[in-house]
Amino acid sequence: MPKINSPTGLEDLRREILSKRDPNKPCITLCSGTACHATGSEKVAVAIEKELEKQSLKDDVDVRRTGCHGFCERGPIVVIYPEEICYLNVTPEDVSEIISETIKEKKIIDRLLYTDPNTGEKVVYEYEIPFYKEQTRIVFGPNKNIDPKSIDDYIAIGGYSALSKALFDMTPEQVLDEVKRSNLRGRGGGGFPTGRKWETTRNAPGEPKYVIVNCDEGDPGAYMDRSLMEGNPHSVIEGLIIGAYAIGSHEGLIYARQEYPLAVENVNIAIKRVEEYGLLGKNILGSGFDFKIKVHRGAGAFVSGESSALMTAIEGKVGEPRPKYIHTSECGVWDKPSDLNNVETWANIPLIINKGSEWFTSIGTEGSKGTKIFSLVGKVNNTGLVEVPMGTTIREIIYKIGGGIPGGKKFKALQTGGPSGGCISEEYLDTPVDFDELAKLGSIMGSGGMIVMDEDTCMVDVARYFVDFLCDESCGKCVPCREGLKRVRKILNGIVAGEGKEGDIELLKEIGNVMSKASLCALGKTAANPILSTIRYFRDEYDAHIEEKRCPALVCKDLISYYIDPERCNACRLCLKNCPADAIDGEKKLIHIIDQSKCIKCGTCFDVCPPKFSAVKKISGAPVPPPIPEEKRVIVKAKKAKGGKK
Amino acid sequence: MDVEKIDGIIDGYVDEEGVLIQILLDIQRELNWVPKEAIMEVSKRLQIPISQIYRVASFYTAMSLTPMGRHLVQVCLGTACHVRGAPKILNKVENTLKIKAGETTEDMMFTLRTVNCLGCCAMGPVMVVDEDYHGKMKTSDVNGILERYE
Ligand SMILES: Cc1cc2nc3c(=O)[nH]c(=O)nc-3n(C[C@H](O)[C@H](O)[C@H](O)COP(=O)(O)O)c2cc1C
Ligand code: SF4
Ligand code: SF4
Ligand code: FES
Ligand code: FES
Repeated sequence: MPKINSPTGLEDLRREILSKRDPNKPCITLCSGTACHATGSEKVAVAIEKELEKQSLKDDVDVRRTGCHGFCERGPIVVIYPEEICYLNVTPEDVSEIISETIKEKKIIDRLLYTDPNTGEKVVYEYEIPFYKEQTRIVFGPNKNIDPKSIDDYIAIGGYSALSKALFDMTPEQVLDEVKRSNLRGRGGGGFPTGRKWETTRNAPGEPKYVIVNCDEGDPGAYMDRSLMEGNPHSVIEGLIIGAYAIGSHEGLIYARQEYPLAVENVNIAIKRVEEYGLLGKNILGSGFDFKIKVHRGAGAFVSGESSALMTAIEGKVGEPRPKYIHTSECGVWDKPSDLNNVETWANIPLIINKGSEWFTSIGTEGSKGTKIFSLVGKVNNTGLVEVPMGTTIREIIYKIGGGIPGGKKFKALQTGGPSGGCISEEYLDTPVDFDELAKLGSIMGSGGMIVMDEDTCMVDVARYFVDFLCDESCGKCVPCREGLKRVRKILNGIVAGEGKEGDIELLKEIGNVMSKASLCALGKTAANPILSTIRYFRDEYDAHIEEKRCPALVCKDLISYYIDPERCNACRLCLKNCPADAIDGEKKLIHIIDQSKCIKCGTCFDVCPPKFSAVKKISGAPVPPPIPEEKRVIVKAKKAKGGKK
Repeated sequence: MDVEKIDGIIDGYVDEEGVLIQILLDIQRELNWVPKEAIMEVSKRLQIPISQIYRVASFYTAMSLTPMGRHLVQVCLGTACHVRGAPKILNKVENTLKIKAGETTEDMMFTLRTVNCLGCCAMGPVMVVDEDYHGKMKTSDVNGILERYE
């Protein structure tokens, strides 16, 4: 393919691609994102291709593998165009019916549709499913329409028109001004104004200048950057080239973690294609602007996502932070001015250039403009990726989009911001989500992790979880973080083990305050957030652990006992067969009993006891009732009950 | 160990700066661990002290300084999986295989690792054996799954 060397060349190509595509031709799109892949979407894809061949429809129907659609809870997801009929949880066995019924006969298969859990109504079209309907998917939306490995797909939806506009209709200063006026703030966690950061690097002395994509995504419960990189790498690349033009950089770096093989693969393919098309390399689109991109794989360390650490890692050294009296935007990779932005930040740039800062600032709140993608996970019905305007309330996100808490359980807390963030309690459900409001509550927006917790989650255990994580991930360079985290971990481990004492909470707070004041990098500075926020909103749970040796959520292993309720045990023997410690005594028609001295509290009996009996109970803060006397253990079933099975 | 393989990997990066991590990742992928001999070879070719290479290799989780078992069992301990009971799953796997996370069974059959978020939180708690994802795990599922591998 000859390189495109002018804006008109790009528009001609776009027209050509579109003219070859018949919008009425049936197209089966299939989510091949990580979650759907894990639930077997590739098997479905192969089945679709085979079936089309078998029914001699190969030339009449297109098949497209896309990135994550967002509704991972219900994958593998199949959407059939042009109607946009959406089938969920599709298996290879469903495929022949989909082809012969829906593709050939235009008939809808009810069983594969989304059913509204409240009304029982079936929903045919993807855009009408409540999970999607309540979102504003300007950044993440194209994921479902394009094959990330196809640059033509991206060009067909208007891709690289923002680049062409920036290079030919705007000076670098104008691009910079537009981004500054948009008030875009970094999506990587800190929320620093992107335009201002660009300007610093642009004005900093020294050549070459670098522009960098942060796709390290260290937050252990979030996957939005990954999904964007896997599903729409061109939007990030386009943003990066535009940024480079504004900043005056000719070298870009994409730092993506090795554990995201599909993201690395797709971005590498994308870079190859843009080079072939003349949208990257020397003299881009004939504008005279040169730019190249290299991909650097990260080797998995949370702290390496921090800006100065990331840049050290790019130099091939151990990715540890350094003091920041000189900003990396002035002195970064190889001591050259380096602008680092998050994946989602970059993906917003083409939209701002195309639609203008005025459009962008019309979305969101006073201090936080645009949308944000969240990874809504944990104890929520519709797990997945959610994009909403800044300022949407927590309640709307969890209940309207997320469909509430599963199993009729009660909401307890929302964790945002990962290990640097905090937990927010129920009374703040109506808080609008933006950078400033979450900070006021003692949490942070972070990069977009949102973990929903219900009554079965222990908040002390959650604090300990994050401290554990941070303890492992602290690079150990500075004392407050390294030693502070160790002390805090010890105290929390004591509390969850029933060895908490009076004064522990005050000590936790004190150490937390020192860490936040005296640590070298933001990992240590924010490490106390998960502790302080849980103490702030869930003090009663800490007290229960310390004073009563009781875990109210029945989570902390050392504070609970498993017990079989004699009234409910049906002697089905399942627990006995599965107990790894031989701690259960029983036989047919004999009520089972747990020998507490042998029990290792693995919870298997609790898991396997059939729900209709639910005989295994967890007890905390109270003694286990004594085993019932031998003579009462025999189950004598009334005749009727025996025959009268439901 | 195949010195040629290592040399081949290094040759792919001639005249580039800061490639140590990339080379170690490639070695990890090729050999499934980073043996001492490989580190010596890298040190010789790149003129980087062995101590510095060890420092890098031990800092990052993606590189293993011990040989790996035939099957890699990964239990996700990401936040989403954690609140859905992942620690119980890990416990059960540790008890079944009689090793701790980060270790390999004596017969070199399984290496057990913990990971943070595999991007499929909807299936949590998640356990991955080699390439197979097992979602909505219960402690009682563990034995059945591990028995399938030999
Ligand atoms: C310990 C630590 C880990 C971080 N991890 C990430 C990360 O994984 N991804 C990211 O985009 N930013 C991460 N950051 C924030 C970066 O330092 C940096 O602020 C950000 O990438 C800048 O991009 P933005 O201005 O677009 O937000 C991390 C910060 C710290 C202190
Ligand atoms: S705060 Fe923690 S992670 Fe950051 S430099 Fe200090 S020890 Fe390292
Ligand atoms: S918790 Fe585990 S060890 Fe204890 S009785 Fe139940 S199955 Fe046996
Ligand atoms: S991976 Fe398919 S919807 Fe997320
Ligand atoms: S937290 Fe386990 S897959 Fe995301």
